[in-house]
Amino acid sequence: MPAAVEAVNITRSFGSVQALSGVDLAVEEGEFFGLLGPNGAGKTTLISILAGLTRADTGTARILGHDVVTDYRNARRLLGVVPQELVFDPFFTARQTLEIQSGYFGIRNNGAWIDEILHHLDLTAKAGANMRSLSGGMKRRVLVGQALVHKPPVIVLDEPTAGVDVGLRQSLWAFIRKLNRDGHTIILTTHYLEEAEALCGRIAMLKAGRVVALDTKQALLSRFAGLTVRLAAERVPAAWQARVLRREGGVHFIGLQRYAELEALLAALRTEGITIAELALQETDLEQVFLRIMGGDPGEEPDGAAAPAASGGVVIRAAGPSQGANCAPSGGSAAAPAASGGVVK
Amino acid sequence: MTPPGAGWPTLLYKELLRFWNVSLQTILAPVLTSLLYLLIFSHVLEANVTVFGGKVPYSAFLVPGLVMMSVLQNAFANSSSSLIQSKINGNLIFILLPPLSPLELFVAYVLGAMVRGLVVGVGVFAVTLFFSPSLLLMPHPFWALGFAVLGSAILGTLGLIAGIAAEKFDQISAFQNFIIMPLTFLSGVFYSIHTLPPFWQAVSHVNPFFYMIDGFRYGFFGLSDAPPLLSLAIVGGCCAALAACTLALLQSGWRLRR
Repeated sequence: MPAAVEAVNITRSFGSVQALSGVDLAVEEGEFFGLLGPNGAGKTTLISILAGLTRADTGTARILGHDVVTDYRNARRLLGVVPQELVFDPFFTARQTLEIQSGYFGIRNNGAWIDEILHHLDLTAKAGANMRSLSGGMKRRVLVGQALVHKPPVIVLDEPTAGVDVGLRQSLWAFIRKLNRDGHTIILTTHYLEEAEALCGRIAMLKAGRVVALDTKQALLSRFAGLTVRLAAERVPAAWQARVLRREGGVHFIGLQRYAELEALLAALRTEGITIAELALQETDLEQVFLRIMGGDPGEEPDGAAAPAASGGVVIRAAGPSQGANCAPSGGSAAAPAASGGVVK
Repeated sequence: MTPPGAGWPTLLYKELLRFWNVSLQTILAPVLTSLLYLLIFSHVLEANVTVFGGKVPYSAFLVPGLVMMSVLQNAFANSSSSLIQSKINGNLIFILLPPLSPLELFVAYVLGAMVRGLVVGVGVFAVTLFFSPSLLLMPHPFWALGFAVLGSAILGTLGLIAGIAAEKFDQISAFQNFIIMPLTFLSGVFYSIHTLPPFWQAVSHVNPFFYMIDGFRYGFFGLSDAPPLLSLAIVGGCCAALAACTLALLQSGWRLRR
């Protein structure tokens, strides 16, 4: 059985910029696949090549076994793409937009499926409204609808939730999950890494036009399993210097393999009389994996991503001069991490 | 599984709907412009210009020229503006993602342009009949129709080429102002080329627009500056050559698929 999407040694350059450098990728049928990478990594170029919007310099790409260049009719018929840019045709209503897109694929009398799409995307009430009058989030949902109108078995979503509010994002993901359960292959690029972590089974990470990681989500998370302690203190105990991942002013980021090591760190701090101004703990999540693979550090914040404490960690702040023995969880209700054995995510 | 070639009728429908939704601007405005041309030029020149040896009054002579000019300009405007607007707005992607072949894109865009050009041409003709009702009794209506169809196809194709090549609106304007307008105005819309000095007569004979308008006018009066069969051959040849070039451009993906 052919792969849903297969890219073999794809290269593409734009002038002196090498956008893709020998990308190999295979996505199996029925997968919910994440394609992650920083801006300029080549994600959209790769998607454009799969969709026939851009031609590769070398290499081949196939959709369910159909070459995107030599057998473009079948390849495009099997692929639905939600583009990253918020584009629309200002001459038409939302329903007309979907009907016309359906007709481009040679599908007429597609009203029942278009009604279902409008319903699932919460657009029924706006079906007769001109595209110009719709909000950004609604336009984005019409774009999703356009990608689905010909019921493609493979659906590529290029940052589909940018600019969509939380409630609508949830309903959109519920719909996409349903499509995935119904057998559609989903390929997702997103800057919201928590979305990728929640949805995707396998993930590829692109960096500077190359695939630098390609594995199941669990394998990627376990590759960098562990904890990071964000410690604000005048210094780090001498024996722990080698475990410091990086420093930012008076804040030290210390890597731990397991929770039990936290007790040893706290003990060393007490022994050396070091005062803790603030201490935060975070388990490895996809964001940290992403940052480590991309060459950054776990504490960095790409594109305004939340700081460790805000994304599920526990913060312990100094309660007084002798706080080494008087740590308290910032939320007040959670037990100390070492005692509870875990951080609530 | 839908058969190949099933998508272009929808693209044609979209093209028609696009200009129909703004018909005030795309149909009525050019009809009014042509009417103004007719009123002003026929009023000013009627007594001073003799065409076809005085066998045809100038105001009647002017009508086919104005009708054909409207057909040509609007056919060009339709395909060029549709494509450049889609490019600038980014919604060209909706046409590039489906399995539409280069031939389907060509047929849909050019037919859409032809319909717009011919609708405007019929509008101009209908209005001008108030001034020259005898034009309804044209001796060779199928010649006129043939040249209108071929002329609109040529300009629709040129509009498609301009839309493919252009990346900004002002590049379309440049194409229109520096190529289409001069070729149209210097083609005998407002005069018979026999009234020109020999040099400019010779220049006119290498302007394909001259043959479109002259052949179209033959349908109305049975009189022309060039033999109608020669005009038909030249116009048909231009149409075929431009179609081949445009199909090659679409096939290559130049300026459409990066």
